[in-house]
Amino acid sequence: MIEGILVEGLIYATMALGVFITFRVLDFPDLTVDGSFPLGAAVMAILVSSGVPSLIALLVAFLSGILAGLITATIHNKLRVPNLLAGILTMTMLYSINIRVLGNRPNLPLIRQETILTTFTRWFEPMPDEWSLLIFFVLVTVLIKVLIDLFFRTDLGLTLGAMGNNEQMVVTQGVNPETLKLIGVGFSNGLVAISGAFAAQYQGFADVNLGQGIIIAGLASVMIGEFILRSNRIGMLTLRVVLGSIAFRGIMYLGRYYGYYINLTPNDLRLITGILIIISLVITQLRKQKRATTVDLDQGRSTPSSGDAA
Amino acid sequence: MIRLENVTKVFNPGTPHENVAIRTVDLTIEKGDFVTIIGSNGAGKTTLFNLISGTMPVSAGRVFVDETDVTKHSEHRRAQIIGRIFQDPLLGTASNMMVADNMMICYRKGMKGLRISLTSSMRDFFREKLRDLEMGLENRMNDNVGLLSGGQRQALTLLMMVLSEPSLVLLDEHTAALDPKNAQIVLDLTSRFIAEYGLTSMMITHNMGQAIRYGNRLLMMDRGEVILDVSGDEKRTLTVEKLVQKFHEIRNADLESDELMLSQGT
Repeated sequence: MIEGILVEGLIYATMALGVFITFRVLDFPDLTVDGSFPLGAAVMAILVSSGVPSLIALLVAFLSGILAGLITATIHNKLRVPNLLAGILTMTMLYSINIRVLGNRPNLPLIRQETILTTFTRWFEPMPDEWSLLIFFVLVTVLIKVLIDLFFRTDLGLTLGAMGNNEQMVVTQGVNPETLKLIGVGFSNGLVAISGAFAAQYQGFADVNLGQGIIIAGLASVMIGEFILRSNRIGMLTLRVVLGSIAFRGIMYLGRYYGYYINLTPNDLRLITGILIIISLVITQLRKQKRATTVDLDQGRSTPSSGDAA
Repeated sequence: MIRLENVTKVFNPGTPHENVAIRTVDLTIEKGDFVTIIGSNGAGKTTLFNLISGTMPVSAGRVFVDETDVTKHSEHRRAQIIGRIFQDPLLGTASNMMVADNMMICYRKGMKGLRISLTSSMRDFFREKLRDLEMGLENRMNDNVGLLSGGQRQALTLLMMVLSEPSLVLLDEHTAALDPKNAQIVLDLTSRFIAEYGLTSMMITHNMGQAIRYGNRLLMMDRGEVILDVSGDEKRTLTVEKLVQKFHEIRNADLESDELMLSQGT
């Protein structure tokens, strides 16, 4: 059971990292995620079941997610539509697209198909599947996390970091903020689609409704992570998103299996997620107020721990 | 060098709220000039800066920087050769990022690539430059900018702007939001950097004393026009009294009844 929570947490961590990039780094609340997650799953499923090698299928899923993000960013940039609405538009359109991708059906099973996961578990044959999957997803998540960390150390990554905080500064430095939004939102949705592709392989099917409420799960993971660690270093910021995702899956697991003691059903999980986010927001608010009073007294000098970047 | 040709800006043209903010301004600023600009509220000083930096389009006329016609260029494109500092110290830096990261973003203007330029030798270089500010920031390079005071932030913004070596510097009352002591420090740094790096600059100020003391040329604006342009020896011998007198000669107005809101302090 613990390995199940860890595997799920790691699969969704990639999605949460995407949500972190838009919500926290870019300050671009992007709801495309609810559509790009099942898009990644659908692309992966249809390609694998039509015999495409699974690594190539994963790459195409990544690219399809990027494309979805680019569409949202373009709608926002060119039509001056608020970012929230732009995301909802793309997400809604993706619902139909995803059914098309799956071959005009709402879901597609992957049972008895050769996927990246089945290949990997065969390599570690005597080991139980759950444990070899855990090894696999630890490796994948570390790889993705390290690549993201490296990206945010490059000149482009640093500028992307400034974007969500101070758009005027980015303009003053001679950079077009529209280009940065394209890059950031595209990259973010690419990650989300990868997460969706792995979720489909893990669950053994792709479904158009796989993405419902996924954005809220991602946001909850990001927020829970922010309680676990406080830092302004990118390596720590991404690490805590991963940890937050695992913690979130743990809480959901508890709700699913032990919730019936207090008369909860699996249908109440969304309510719990929402309440979790509200509690996080309240605690953050209270901390901010407390910090604000210390800043007034010491002219902004004595807040060494207030360095939560992004 | 910068040249404005018949630049005009009209807000809400063709409506009852029509307002001519800038009226056919012709202006040439030579390389290395440090121009101070004064004028009452609503004289069009900030609008003039917005037109030069491309924040808003001109209604008529043309803008040249170093003989390039930039009239049609977007703000971020012009920003590659124009450095601008705003009154609000928050606008020049990203508060949730470290001092070193901020300096790296501003070091090279224009679109960035996937290179990691913030190496340890780059850090040493930034540390040396921060030492010039004499604010102890060289020891706080890993602190988030949000932890710095307004004066420190504005000094940092100034340093970052200077290091990017712009063709033109626009300072929009960049010390007005600071307390008098910090304002003086930032102002001294400004005039030192401008001299050291030989930057062509324009500085808006509300303080006649400052406008006279700094720079080699002084412009006075009123109702969207440049009504006074003093440079050379005439600028050097200028006093606040002479300036006020000149304003009256031109506008033939009475100080008491006029809305001129210049402070006469130093």
